[in-house]
Amino acid sequence: MSKLLTWVDDRFPLTKMWREHVSEYYAPKNFNFWYYFGSLAMLVLVLQIVTGIFLTMHYQPSAERAFSSVEFIMRDVNYGWLIRYMHTTGASMFFIIVYLHMFRALLYGSYKKPRELIWVFGVLIFLCLMAEAFFGYLLPWGQMSYWAAQVIIALFGTVPFVGPELAQWIRGDFVVSEATLTRFFALHVIAMPLVLIALVVAHILALHEVGSNNPDGVEIKKNKDANGIPKDGIPFHPYYTVKDLVGVAVFFIIFFFIVFFMPTFGGFFIERPNFEPADPLTTPANIHPVWYFTPFYAILRAVPSLAGSSFPGVAVMGASVLVLFLLPWLDRSPVRSIRYRSIWFKLLLAVFVVSFIILGYLGAVPAGTTETIVARICTILYFGFFVGLYFVSKFETTKPVPERVTTK
Amino acid sequence: MKMRARILGAALVSLLAAAVPAQASGEYWSEPNVRVDDRASLQRGAKLFVNYCMGCHSAQYHRWSHVANDLGIPDDVVQENFIWLTDELGQKFQVGELMEISMSEEYGDTVFGGMPPDLTLTARHRQEDWIYNFLHSFYLDKDATATGMNNAVLEGASMPHVMWDLQGLQKAVRDDDGQIVDFELVQEGSMSPREFDRAVNDIVTFMSYLGEPAQLERRHIGIWVMLFLFVFLLLAYLLKREYWKDVH
Repeated sequence: MSKLLTWVDDRFPLTKMWREHVSEYYAPKNFNFWYYFGSLAMLVLVLQIVTGIFLTMHYQPSAERAFSSVEFIMRDVNYGWLIRYMHTTGASMFFIIVYLHMFRALLYGSYKKPRELIWVFGVLIFLCLMAEAFFGYLLPWGQMSYWAAQVIIALFGTVPFVGPELAQWIRGDFVVSEATLTRFFALHVIAMPLVLIALVVAHILALHEVGSNNPDGVEIKKNKDANGIPKDGIPFHPYYTVKDLVGVAVFFIIFFFIVFFMPTFGGFFIERPNFEPADPLTTPANIHPVWYFTPFYAILRAVPSLAGSSFPGVAVMGASVLVLFLLPWLDRSPVRSIRYRSIWFKLLLAVFVVSFIILGYLGAVPAGTTETIVARICTILYFGFFVGLYFVSKFETTKPVPERVTTK
Repeated sequence: MKMRARILGAALVSLLAAAVPAQASGEYWSEPNVRVDDRASLQRGAKLFVNYCMGCHSAQYHRWSHVANDLGIPDDVVQENFIWLTDELGQKFQVGELMEISMSEEYGDTVFGGMPPDLTLTARHRQEDWIYNFLHSFYLDKDATATGMNNAVLEGASMPHVMWDLQGLQKAVRDDDGQIVDFELVQEGSMSPREFDRAVNDIVTFMSYLGEPAQLERRHIGIWVMLFLFVFLLLAYLLKREYWKDVH
């Protein structure tokens, strides 16, 4: 066995890579609850790819067959229902995990120097995931699939000058049709997953280059022992592999509870209008995107149109995602962790989270007068977080940061 | 640890609260009692569904053979009593085939002003209580439609009151605002109101099965998966605790 390993190691850096990224990757020993979501995101990515492969074997990307092939999977394919429910639940769980993972970065300043690129790759992963989810949502070819795609593609039509041509180019037709379905299928099963995997590799390589942050925001590489090993670091394997296994167990309990006992999650993970096949002639009552897009959709609707063009809303919605890229440079405080930052930062973050959740709710319900006013306030608060952070981080008084990580 | 549990708990509660669907309904609205593990109810429902619904409505995403297997009805009984569709050569459809009907699109358009919708997924799309109340709420209304019947749940429905011989005929009882609050039987049917409630409940139960046949086994498998995962969690936790003994 060891002979074989030597043979491989002479030709491929197997042992070297294992050491560098797993057995001798030293992670801070004080990771808490919020640090489970990185490995869980990887797990869900694998689940989505594996279940997706099996769905692709039976799914038919044509306007005529798409809807019935999904029902074929639900009824005639052995355990097809299980595979599909894992895929639909996985999509929603992916976003829950990614949102919590990003929130962790906000809590402990994980995007700050020298981890700016980890954050930038992360936001790119988030963008890619949004595209992946959007393309995938059209494939069941239900009423909500069809009309949500129609509405979202129409957003591109508001771009000045090139809008209509751009929307038509995306659809491949004048309306959402089989031409749209087939290209979305190709993008969903090949293009986006490839980009996603490449970005995840970049995200992890960048992380392992500089090392993990921790809830204290202390740089553990500053305190090394005689062997050059961080005093507050422990090898990722076996310590965090066994710890993450506990996280996986808890996650699976929640995940499979949904899959087996409430697979549509009350119409949030699989929406009720989507049990009707796509009908280009009948518009469903309340068209809205799936829950994980609703905060951004609410921002879109909150912005008043200008001279009959709803492009301002589209631009602001785009900005609400793109502004995330700037976070490492907007936050000017040398202190990373929320534990040692001022009450002002805590308030800002709390307002940001609350407004994001309210926007998420508003994006799922029809927009009345009150809803629109609240959505406008929350949109201002959403962007206010970034503006406020720029100034608060310069002038806030922070608490002293300890030399070493703290454990309870 | 406590803080964590509290945050998670609050998140779960709010998610569950958001997941409870809201249903607009009149005062006459009543809830069905759908139990898909009640095989006798499913079988009665299947019989009614084939006799009363499948004259006009298909269930084209499902197969007869699944109905036979899942409901414990022998294939030849299904072949004999449920399947009436024939191919061009006059051969009866086989149990392995989809639950289609013989009504053509043109006929549906001419008679009903539109093809009656496929019913495979209606229980998932409209929900079970909607079907239950829809089937209960046909009332006499001379001017409303060609059949002289209207429906309180779906105003101006072009569907005739197919089960009138079972339910009898009823008229609407309205409050001062003209809202329908109840129904009054003006001509008795072959079933008593209680028998008819049960019959409709059986149809809804069958349609619930039809919407998601997997629910027959889904929860049973789920319980074993949950048990396994709790054991796995315990072992994973003990493993973690053992490894982490030397981390201070």
